[in-house]
Amino acid sequence: MTQDPFAPRTDDVPEPGLYPGVPADADREAARPAAANAPGALSIRGLAKRFGEKIAVNGINLDVPAGSFYGLVGPNGAGKTTSLSMATGLLRPDYGQVLIHDVDVWGQPLEAKKLMGILPDGVRLFDRLSGEQLVTYAGLLRGMDRNTVASRVADLLQALDLTNDAGTLVVDYSAGMTKKIALASALIHAPKLLVLDEPFESVDPISAANIRDILHSYVGSGGTVIVSSHVMDLVQRMCDHVAVIAGGNVLAAGTVDEVRGDSSLEDRFVELVGGRNQTEGLEWLRTS
Amino acid sequence: MVAHLVRLKVQLLFNSLRRSTWQLVGVIIGGLYGLGVMTGVVAGLVALSFADVELARTVVVLGGSALFLGWMVIPLVAGGVDMTLDPARFVTFAVPMNKLLAGMMLAGLVGVPGFITLLAALATVGTWWQRPVSLVAALVCAVIAVFTCIVLSRLVTSATTSLASSRRFKDVSGIIAFIPLILLGPIMGTVATGLENAQSFLPELAAALSWTPLGAVWSVPADLALGSYGSAALKFLIAAATLALLAWLWKLALASALVTPAHSAVTRKQAGDLGFFARFPANPTGAVAARALTYWIRDPRYGASLIMVPVLPVLLLFIGDGLGALNYLGPITAVLLAWSISADVSYDNTAFWTHLTTGVSGWADRAGRVLACLVFALPVSLLFVVVPLWINADWALLPPILGLTVGALFTGLGLSSVISARYTYAVPPPGESPFKTPPGSGARTVVVQLVGWLVMAALIIPELVLALIAILGDRELFGWLTLACGLVLGVALLLLGVRLGGKWYDKRAPELLLAVTRNQ
Repeated sequence: MTQDPFAPRTDDVPEPGLYPGVPADADREAARPAAANAPGALSIRGLAKRFGEKIAVNGINLDVPAGSFYGLVGPNGAGKTTSLSMATGLLRPDYGQVLIHDVDVWGQPLEAKKLMGILPDGVRLFDRLSGEQLVTYAGLLRGMDRNTVASRVADLLQALDLTNDAGTLVVDYSAGMTKKIALASALIHAPKLLVLDEPFESVDPISAANIRDILHSYVGSGGTVIVSSHVMDLVQRMCDHVAVIAGGNVLAAGTVDEVRGDSSLEDRFVELVGGRNQTEGLEWLRTS
Repeated sequence: MVAHLVRLKVQLLFNSLRRSTWQLVGVIIGGLYGLGVMTGVVAGLVALSFADVELARTVVVLGGSALFLGWMVIPLVAGGVDMTLDPARFVTFAVPMNKLLAGMMLAGLVGVPGFITLLAALATVGTWWQRPVSLVAALVCAVIAVFTCIVLSRLVTSATTSLASSRRFKDVSGIIAFIPLILLGPIMGTVATGLENAQSFLPELAAALSWTPLGAVWSVPADLALGSYGSAALKFLIAAATLALLAWLWKLALASALVTPAHSAVTRKQAGDLGFFARFPANPTGAVAARALTYWIRDPRYGASLIMVPVLPVLLLFIGDGLGALNYLGPITAVLLAWSISADVSYDNTAFWTHLTTGVSGWADRAGRVLACLVFALPVSLLFVVVPLWINADWALLPPILGLTVGALFTGLGLSSVISARYTYAVPPPGESPFKTPPGSGARTVVVQLVGWLVMAALIIPELVLALIAILGDRELFGWLTLACGLVLGVALLLLGVRLGGKWYDKRAPELLLAVTRNQ
């Protein structure tokens, strides 16, 4: 059988220098074993993607333990969304491997997709459906039966406080409501892993608190949540693990306490990523 | 400030071209076409200088009035054609009102419609090159006319902003605007024959229009040429007053737009109405079909295809002579409706990720979309076969025409299933007017469509040949053969198309998502 041209190349190594982050042959095995004996909810190995000349993701490795609330932080354009897209089967990586509970996302996509629910950022929804229809659609597409879908949709709408707008078209929703209905669509099949890209952007504080409660009880019952965000304070309070990504590389990863050490996560982040200006200049802005 | 606004517009225009080569190709082709039309218009206007002054006046006044009407009506139906310099975007800048007005007016000239209008208006100067007084007047009037056009369209856009920001209005007006567009040919034909009969009437119409704000400005040079200086002066006053009044109204509208943010009220609706989702089987194929059918009704971009259904018989009546052409309504409708799902994934835009992440199989995705289309395309096509034959009492044609219709519908749906799984192109994004094709997306679209139509024609050759023999040779047996062939071959090709499309989909779904992301 000929090789599937669309399968990501996991066994061969990219040409040296193509992705500076991908270790050369000899180092590869050495970089690997940590995850092999502790199967996590998500493990990423040597994941790389380039768009033309720009390396978006530079051969990253990441292990997300099962049952963790994992934060992914990084400046804009750090490669968070690209990494998450590749990890969730939306964007085909150039190199590397992604395992979700030991299922290869790009080798056995159907099995992997059953295990995860995702909320991507910056994509459209089928917004000419009503909120209720959209969540029902997500459930039916996954092959669930009508009664289960109906009762779960009702529960989710209730939990996310959308019952009164369930019949409104999603196109007429506010940004926050749209995030919530997308989250409901991601939860309908009771996934083991939840991957949320910027879930709290433009969500009002009360809804955000409700969503956090739902996510915490989900983690408490054994689920795993990965959220990307650039609100450090939120990640520090909400997550137990965190990874800092910048320029397509993982700069630090581990429990929140390990990563931040003695300082706050925000200070540590700035220290890792750099690029902070000293607050001088703009003298003319002083009003007194 | 004024220069800044104009430069901003030019920059926006260039940046929109830089995004892809295909767009550039499209714009160049469109530009060449526009240039061809323009050359014709300019040549015609200059040629008028050799004609009778009365005739020149009639033509210029009528054409000019139509131009004004166009600038007034098109922004309404096209949902604000050009909102790149939307006043709402200047709310936070403290731009003095007069400079904003002047800047936006001049910036309105930048862009294809503004440029063409400017050229056409200046070409009227050529009409009067033999009469110096009229020539100078024509130059002044052309400038007034062009600015009137721009202010008019801006005023209409500003005045209807709150109306146009309502989604329902946008949806409905977008679809309704398609009807005259599709019927443009027949309408022009009727108007042309009407004009032949009413040639005596036209100069009178022009004379009447020349005293209204629509035609006054165009009539001034002609009146000077005819020596009626008094009426020329009066009409010039009308034109100048019109421009002043419009500009004043525009200023008022703009001033209020700058302090009132656009908002639209939304009625909240409770749960309980699942629509088609409750009626289709509860499996992935049924869900895709329910979603697609919902979109056929709620999404104006699909509505634009649906509007073809009632319009097509009217069109055929005009094109063909008599009721005979209506016999072929069925097959034509079948081809068009089957083709309408060939850009389905492009229409989904990035919402397609839902299909990707739920792991819906290629077969279910393809079959669901075909099913949604069949739900109305099959009854409509059958109706369009039976009713014309009934009107014409040509029942002998039933087997071949029916065979051709069924064959074309099924074959076309199969082909569309393959095409939409492999080729995407830039289509108007969700929520936009069906008119708003991304600029210059044309070239790739045309290539995909052209090749698609050729393949389609090749695939229905068996039915076509059999039907031709049956109809032209008047052989009943071949009629029944067409029907059998249409059913068997059509269904076979449909299943094959769904399978092949599904297979490609399963392999390349992430690449499809990437492609529609780039098309945006």
